[in-house]
Amino acid sequence: MELAEWLIEPYEYEFMQRALASLLIVSLVGSVVGTFVVHKGLAASGSGLAHATLAGVAIAFVNGASVALGALAAAVATALGIGYVRRTSRVSYDTAIAIFFVSAFSLGILVISRRSSYTPDLVSFVFGDILGVSRADLLGEVILAVVVVGFVLAFYRELVMVAYDPAMAAAAGVRTAFFEFSLLVLIALAVVVALQAIGIVLVTATLIIPPATASLLFRRIPRIMAASFLIGVASSVFGLYASFHAGVAASPAVVLSATAAFAVVLVATSLRRTRLPAAATAE
Amino acid sequence: MTSRPEHAHHGHDAHGPVGHEDPTHIHDAVELDGAGHRAARARLAPGHMHGPLALEVKGLWAGYPGKPPALEDVSFVVPEGEMVGLVGPNGAGKSTLFKSILGVVRPLLGEVRVFGRPVSETRADVAYTPQVEEVDWEFPVSVRDVVLMGCWRGSSPFRRWSRQDREATEDALERVQLSDLANRQVGELSGGQRRRVLIARSIARGARLLLLDEPFAGLDAAVEHDLLAILDELTHEGCSILIATHDLACVASACDEACCLNRRVQGYGPPADVLTEDVLSRTFERALVPVGAEREFIVPEGNGSAGAS
Repeated sequence: MELAEWLIEPYEYEFMQRALASLLIVSLVGSVVGTFVVHKGLAASGSGLAHATLAGVAIAFVNGASVALGALAAAVATALGIGYVRRTSRVSYDTAIAIFFVSAFSLGILVISRRSSYTPDLVSFVFGDILGVSRADLLGEVILAVVVVGFVLAFYRELVMVAYDPAMAAAAGVRTAFFEFSLLVLIALAVVVALQAIGIVLVTATLIIPPATASLLFRRIPRIMAASFLIGVASSVFGLYASFHAGVAASPAVVLSATAAFAVVLVATSLRRTRLPAAATAE
Repeated sequence: MTSRPEHAHHGHDAHGPVGHEDPTHIHDAVELDGAGHRAARARLAPGHMHGPLALEVKGLWAGYPGKPPALEDVSFVVPEGEMVGLVGPNGAGKSTLFKSILGVVRPLLGEVRVFGRPVSETRADVAYTPQVEEVDWEFPVSVRDVVLMGCWRGSSPFRRWSRQDREATEDALERVQLSDLANRQVGELSGGQRRRVLIARSIARGARLLLLDEPFAGLDAAVEHDLLAILDELTHEGCSILIATHDLACVASACDEACCLNRRVQGYGPPADVLTEDVLSRTFERALVPVGAEREFIVPEGNGSAGAS
């Protein structure tokens, strides 16, 4: 059976197993957090937070500290900064994001520029390196995923209320400021989960494309999250096969697989036509 | 309160259920319009006695940091079982008033008491409905999800809606006749249905004081009439309502008290006493004249700012 071999062969390698496991976690976190990102128009903050991690990655790298922890610290600090500037409402939200994003990214480049040697580890953070995910990376991803999914499960009602009607939520006594900050921190954590596998430049894709595709099909949060997860898993599996058999980079292959799914669903759902009542068409 | 009052169909002489036998609540003779239809709500007779206070605002100053106060020395009350119309131009501080009553905007000075206590202790008894634009109608939640939100009474991790919450939600949906649409995404609803969802959310909360910020904005007359009929039922069950609206005719005919606001309270009391040329001109800072038994208000030509219609 050639097909079976084609399907099984990649997973005889441990790095491919780890890559798949990593992408399953990324898909889970991406669909849970991404559903809020897509429906609250927070795509720009996802992208901004991803780029801001470069500062933490660079500083940690230069000092020989854990690069993943550096990314985590930078993302969370930026999320809190964006949240604070947004609350003071002296500048608009997207302006705040842009300022934090370019500043942190500049800081990252500045720190790296002091190193004369080419640093492949940093490049893998920028463009992603699914096949280089270590056991320790995987463990870190699992811990963050438990935190993110656990928080959303614990405070699902409050997160939804604040997203839907913050004025009423505040009136009822929900701590809206806390949950607005929480959502930004959740996005930061989701970005860090996907960082090693997908890379700074493409990481937003995991938060946007699967939930956006699922939102074309469903109109309730739990269903959107579930469908988004399945779309994320399917595009991960597809992307990994493409990468293994065609020898292309895995991270963009996964992202483009998700894009293909989005395009197919978009076209398929636009073909649904308005049905006229039978009486209107009867002669 | 299990039985629904029948006055919506049988006039206002038959009063709501238990707990509202207050003999001081005597209504005007049922008003009939030209076509012989009853008004959705008839106000309490002028000179009616007030019950205990649902809401008491005393000397309230409030505003936002770095800006002059939006509210100056605001005092008024909402007696239990009454509907008080809050009237004022755009930017008069109506929304700020709601938010400072709720403690979302912290008052600079003054006092707000809800059923005689600070609002922080009585949140379960209060339901707030913001202006429709403040709500994200595209968010992927169903009509039922939204009404359930009314039942929220406190955070504790992993808590889900209880069976009582779900029952209260189904009852509320039925009362506003949205049971058939319960599974729809809220954005699929019409303007009138959206207001009914938000009212249902307040009903599901079991609130005794409803704060409604412009629930009639953008509604056609028939839909406004239906919404008013629901509010009328609620007041007869003992609910108290503070309602901000630009529909002066509605305040004149259907509200028990009127409160004219423009930073300060320009007038408070029975609509017939308050909605006068003098008070309205002060409130809207231009001439506004009530015409014909308080039912219509016109801006006379050549008065006030340009473009008077």
